[in-house]
Amino acid sequence: MSKDIRIKKGLNINLVGAAEQTTSKAVSSNVYAIQLSDFHGITPKMMVKQGAEVKAGEPLFYNKNMESMLFVSPVSGELIEIERGDRRRILTLKILADKTQESFSGDTLDVEKSSKEQLKALLLKSGCWPFIKQRPYDVVANPDTTPKSIFISGYSSGPLQADLDFVLQGKEKELQAAITVLGKLTPGKVHVSVGSSKSPLSSMTGVELHNVSGPHPAGLVGTQINKVDPINKGELVWTVTPQDLIIIGEYLLTGKFNAERTIALAGSSVKAPKYYTTKIGAEISTFLYASGVNEENFRVINGDVLTGSKSRPDGYLGYYNNTVTVIPEGDDYELFGWNKPVFNKISATRALTFSWMQPNKKYDLDTNTNGEHRAFVVTGQYEKVFPMDIFPMQLLKACMVKDLDEMEQLGLYEVAPEDFSLTEFICISKQPHQKIIREGLDLLQKEIG
Amino acid sequence: MSLKSKLHELKLKYQGKKMAPAFNAFHTFLFSPDETTHAGGTHVKSADDLKRTMNTVIMALIPVLIFSMFNAGYQHYSAINGFPADFSLMNDFLTWDNFWIGIIKVLPLVVVSYAVGLIVEFIFAVIKGHEVEEGYLVTGMLVPLIVPIDTPLWMLSVAVVFGVVIGKEVFGGTGMNILNPALTIRAFLFFAYPTWMSGDKVWVYGARERSEEILAGANVDAISGETILGYLAQNKGAEMTYSVSDMFFGFIPGSVGETSAFLILLGGLFLIFTKIASWRIMVSAVIGSLVMGLIFNQVVDFGWVGESSKFYGLMSFDFWKHLIVGGLAFGIVYMATDPVTGSQTNKGKWYYGFFIGFISVMIRVFNPAYPEGVFLAILLMNVFAPTIDHYVVRGNIKRRMNRLKNATIYPKDSDGKTEELKAETV
Repeated sequence: MSKDIRIKKGLNINLVGAAEQTTSKAVSSNVYAIQLSDFHGITPKMMVKQGAEVKAGEPLFYNKNMESMLFVSPVSGELIEIERGDRRRILTLKILADKTQESFSGDTLDVEKSSKEQLKALLLKSGCWPFIKQRPYDVVANPDTTPKSIFISGYSSGPLQADLDFVLQGKEKELQAAITVLGKLTPGKVHVSVGSSKSPLSSMTGVELHNVSGPHPAGLVGTQINKVDPINKGELVWTVTPQDLIIIGEYLLTGKFNAERTIALAGSSVKAPKYYTTKIGAEISTFLYASGVNEENFRVINGDVLTGSKSRPDGYLGYYNNTVTVIPEGDDYELFGWNKPVFNKISATRALTFSWMQPNKKYDLDTNTNGEHRAFVVTGQYEKVFPMDIFPMQLLKACMVKDLDEMEQLGLYEVAPEDFSLTEFICISKQPHQKIIREGLDLLQKEIG
Repeated sequence: MSLKSKLHELKLKYQGKKMAPAFNAFHTFLFSPDETTHAGGTHVKSADDLKRTMNTVIMALIPVLIFSMFNAGYQHYSAINGFPADFSLMNDFLTWDNFWIGIIKVLPLVVVSYAVGLIVEFIFAVIKGHEVEEGYLVTGMLVPLIVPIDTPLWMLSVAVVFGVVIGKEVFGGTGMNILNPALTIRAFLFFAYPTWMSGDKVWVYGARERSEEILAGANVDAISGETILGYLAQNKGAEMTYSVSDMFFGFIPGSVGETSAFLILLGGLFLIFTKIASWRIMVSAVIGSLVMGLIFNQVVDFGWVGESSKFYGLMSFDFWKHLIVGGLAFGIVYMATDPVTGSQTNKGKWYYGFFIGFISVMIRVFNPAYPEGVFLAILLMNVFAPTIDHYVVRGNIKRRMNRLKNATIYPKDSDGKTEELKAETV
């Protein structure tokens, strides 16, 4: 039985520079890096020393609070640098790749005959576990818990995101293998959503398939959870992104951790935006300059323009990302920018802004804030783009004043920072919604656990 | 060197200094800032900011302001010479003479309101070290439009200082205030100087001067500047010569900007179209006032209130006409929709608006001293808006609680059993 998800509230952010649907192989990177900022809330404990040789799929470190949870190297090579920050906190692990890649051969299991515990242990040991995230708190899932259901969103509605129907092509076998295992980890259902029947995910068995339609944030997994099976206090839902399912699935089939991934290089600053196959942790310049950049002053974003993190051409592809976006920096003044009619920017109002006249026009947005930070003033704007049954502004305010009761009651359990990316985009007061929600989640996890 | 780079250098020079907010206020007025999005948030942002939002409201007020400047002269000359027999818009209303009265009477109110209010805002911004916020851009335009034309400038200044400091800054500035600052200013004027602010002499320029001349012994006719509501409150409705179209288009005495229901309607439609103001509040307030008006009409029809009653004049006034006289329309469109002091939830806005309309008409009829209730009704509902929101938000919380009651919670176990527990009621 499938339940369709139709979203009415939302806003599509159509940007110039969508990736053309052709895939090239990126030149292999000399150095690959694991950025610890990708794993929110995880304290790493190193298992190998600087200078050690590792194979692809060999463990680098484990989670200090959960020794069985291993994090593995995406490539074979030498661990050349452990970059540390304040109080010797590990920031980045850099691996100089070997010319000929060697893979670490791990165990595999007969999925049909294995117990839930055996499968969990396999995923933890293989380095595939960190791809499974949990809500509440939007962190790597705790293997000692049981989720009520698992959600996989196969629909990308965000600006310039990699088209999942395209990047998942031909990976049906791996996807199915991973989904079968996930299905054994929950007593509930595995919910898979697709935007069209072309999606390789629509042929999966053992899942509850949902057809999603509507504007962004229809593709966000949080929206889908809220519409299908909302999280209550005390409940857990796990989420996995489809491109990570491929890595999990390939490991289950071959016993090898293959960090290869098809990513979209997009954005108005890219001369030839298209898809590249590369590996997790690869240097962004290895494919960025193959496509070329248009201008001097640009920003490289690991991820999409709403939820990604700021990077540089010599930065590295994030652990969970399948999109790299490059857009112009907007560090310039604009004469009477606050009162003149605006035709070249997206707006949720019609206050002398004209994006409502051309909903399908593609815009070339830069990183300018288009105004200064203010207290919350205008009301009723967020609700127009926020499809969940939650009061967004009241929840944000509860997080700001650190009122734990209110945060809980208003539904902080159900959301991740990315669910507030669209309200942050349209916010007239330019408030940092995702940061507020992230801090609220951290506080709630610390106080309640 | 261009103006842009010169100002940029000045900005860097002032950075971190005491006067930085004052400089930035002027700088950002000229150029939208060069700030870029920070790490950990969206990398692009929509084109709207608070300046643009406030500017849109001001644009919706400009036609009302211009009309009020002509009307100031029109009422003044009509009070002296009598209303023209065949009214022609071009010859009798849109004349230079009328506009000149607007320039000498209305414009100073606008200038003083902005100057005094912004000085207070700048002082607070510099003391507290935050940016000058845009809230007063709208308040400063609303204030001159809701006061009687013969308000002395010193009274206005005192009221503005009171309204901005007590109505807004003590709460933390724009976005934090509980009461609408413009209405706080209006209420201060009304309660601090009641003898001046009520009666029939302040609504038309010249009426007060003339009555003082008469007191001094001059042999001239008195000018009456009575408003329609004033006539009705004294049960003198029959003496009125204003037609319905006069009321609708605004060729009547009253507070400076409140008279033209037609232009206020256009302004309201503009605000709804631009998605700046809440249509829910406007629609429900109109409904609320019509309902109250109808109830009063029915009371009269049933004969419960006779012609001898002092409430008869206003109670028997056709219910829909309440919307085109007095400040009701202006209040609904420009004051009730203030997002900071109004209800913040969509459902709450319906209740909030309805009661504003309902109570406005009620106060109008029953207030013996001053037959106008909009500003009091809105201030009252400002106070109740958080309560309304509280109950709307509780509704959402209750839904979530009910969902939890019916949910099956899987315990955090690792023993492979998926033991099911019924969630405890929270």
